[in-house]
Amino acid sequence: MAPTQQEQHWMYRNMVTSRKFEETIAGVYFEGKTPVFSMADGPIPGEMHLSDGQEPVAVGVCAHLNADDVVTATHRPHHQAIAKGVDLNKMAAEIFGKTTGLSGGRGGHMHLFDPDVNFACSGIIAQGMGPAVGAALSRKMQNKPGVGVAFVGEGAVNQGGWHEAMNLAATWTLPFVCVIEDNAWGISVSKEDSTAIANNADRAAAYGIPGVRVADNDPYAIYEAAGEAIARARAGEGPSLIEVETYRLAGHFMGDAEGYRPEGEKDALFEKDPIPKMRAKMLADGVATEAELDAIEAESAARVEAAITFARESADPAPEDALTSVFA
Amino acid sequence: MNVPNERKLTIARSMAEAVAQEMRIDPSVFVMGEDIGALGGVYGNTRGLLEEFGSERIRDTPISETAFIGAAVGAAQDGMRPVVELMFVDFFGVCFDAIYNLMAKNIYFSGGTFKVPMVLMTSTGGGYSDAGQHSQCLYGTFAHLPGMKVVCPSNAYDAKGLMTAAMRDDSPVVYMYHKSLQGMGWLATEPGATVNTPEESYTVEIGKAKVARAGSDVTIVSLGMGVHHALKAAEQLEADGVSAEVVDLVSLVPLDRDTIRASVAKTGRLIVVDEDYMSYGVSGEIIASVTEHDISVLKAAPKRVAYPDVPIPYARVMEQFCLPNPDKIVAAFQGMKAA
Repeated sequence: MAPTQQEQHWMYRNMVTSRKFEETIAGVYFEGKTPVFSMADGPIPGEMHLSDGQEPVAVGVCAHLNADDVVTATHRPHHQAIAKGVDLNKMAAEIFGKTTGLSGGRGGHMHLFDPDVNFACSGIIAQGMGPAVGAALSRKMQNKPGVGVAFVGEGAVNQGGWHEAMNLAATWTLPFVCVIEDNAWGISVSKEDSTAIANNADRAAAYGIPGVRVADNDPYAIYEAAGEAIARARAGEGPSLIEVETYRLAGHFMGDAEGYRPEGEKDALFEKDPIPKMRAKMLADGVATEAELDAIEAESAARVEAAITFARESADPAPEDALTSVFA
Repeated sequence: MNVPNERKLTIARSMAEAVAQEMRIDPSVFVMGEDIGALGGVYGNTRGLLEEFGSERIRDTPISETAFIGAAVGAAQDGMRPVVELMFVDFFGVCFDAIYNLMAKNIYFSGGTFKVPMVLMTSTGGGYSDAGQHSQCLYGTFAHLPGMKVVCPSNAYDAKGLMTAAMRDDSPVVYMYHKSLQGMGWLATEPGATVNTPEESYTVEIGKAKVARAGSDVTIVSLGMGVHHALKAAEQLEADGVSAEVVDLVSLVPLDRDTIRASVAKTGRLIVVDEDYMSYGVSGEIIASVTEHDISVLKAAPKRVAYPDVPIPYARVMEQFCLPNPDKIVAAFQGMKAA
């Protein structure tokens, strides 16, 4: 299964939009944080986990999803949110803590919720597993279409809750897919130093479900693996597990000096940046022209710029609004 | 001819009846948890449901509280109304992230754009020598953390109405039922918990306390099993010519501070009875709710009869030494008068 020309354009557009978004956020993030860095200062305070390099996972999976499908994401959620179709203006405004944000500034960058496209994320490792499995249960019980997809990092697979949720999804034959973004690092601890096996897709055997590992952050291979898993889920055949070898081109969080990385690792990763690779492949395959891809890049940049402007120009929430929305 | 309803139910049966009645009219309601199917719940609160509704809607789970409580959140956000059982509240240790970081926070973090209509029912309380991993109440632990409503019925009438109200609520409700009120054949039950319970479906308002007994000399505030201790203490005090008012909190979140304050304003004395640990908990919160509002109404320093700050012991004499009882409440009042 290969993405159509139209799907490839969509995938490239969303990868570029995500990267431009992260690059813009990175610039804004340091406003007010120099010469002395304090996470609490500037227009975007708090922790910031950027997704540069991990875009292929988001687009390769979400190319198969529609707004009705349910996605839970991680503390590093921007690429997944963009690929799922979360409103970019409201998402930017939420990251700026503005009243026009997805949740009026209550959540911030690790807690993005968009009911229109059934997207939610969480700052707790592996916590999205239960809700995505539960959404899958809900669809199965109601005999309604739709799948639940949980994106997690490779570190999440060492959480007990991950295994509980996999077992539940498999036991109940739910329309669920777990996608592991293996960026090789849990903050500063490598996968090798924290995980008993090299290939987390092998863990699918423990639950009697298919498990696939996709090498080298390849959006086409991710598309194919996700397509099979999601089709299987939609057909009522139960859950699947996919692990993708991806690359974290940014630090764990903004301000991370990454001293734990081996010398030269980062340079090697930038050599494998998936965005120029996909651009080159599309040109070589004749599925896009230079002009078309240039236009996609320009349109993506303009869309990001508009979202950031919307966020900057939006009003701060009334402080006392902190006391509302505790209950429905 | 109108015949007054004199049907008495145990709390276990009233909970199951409330769930069954709601499931008949609302297809989004379903139950999941450990041993809630064929067994009917370790504490009887789902008995008969599997037979009527089948295993799709009455869903036994693996022993995976993190997964199935997290799944309930996801199902609730997707339009279902799960009723989930955490068999013993003590087991919260293996799944609290799904409860307080997920269930309790998603409405807020979504700015109210997500609803989390689910009920987490869980058994509380000791007194039967099951020791400290199966006997705690932990009321204060749950009530302390924002984002969850918390209810705690003391009798079958409230138990049924609270369950129906909880299932209809768009926010998560933690429904804490006390084992010694439940009406299980294998565990002694406080008779006062088994009361007249209407057959038809009805709701009891979440967040509204009840005056279980009117009085004028002292207010005894409690919840769950403690209400029955308080009522017995009130009878003993009456024999001594003391008129005690008993306030049944019914809900911890939202807390009906108005009813507590009005009662203490009338009596001038306050005793709080709580089977949960003494420090940093419900008893301190009730007292603070009165004293920070208007300390001048008090004729004496408030007292509390609560569980000492120790893990719950096994040996009968040790556990009974620690638990609240009517005699301790009477003694607290006498100490108050002597002061």
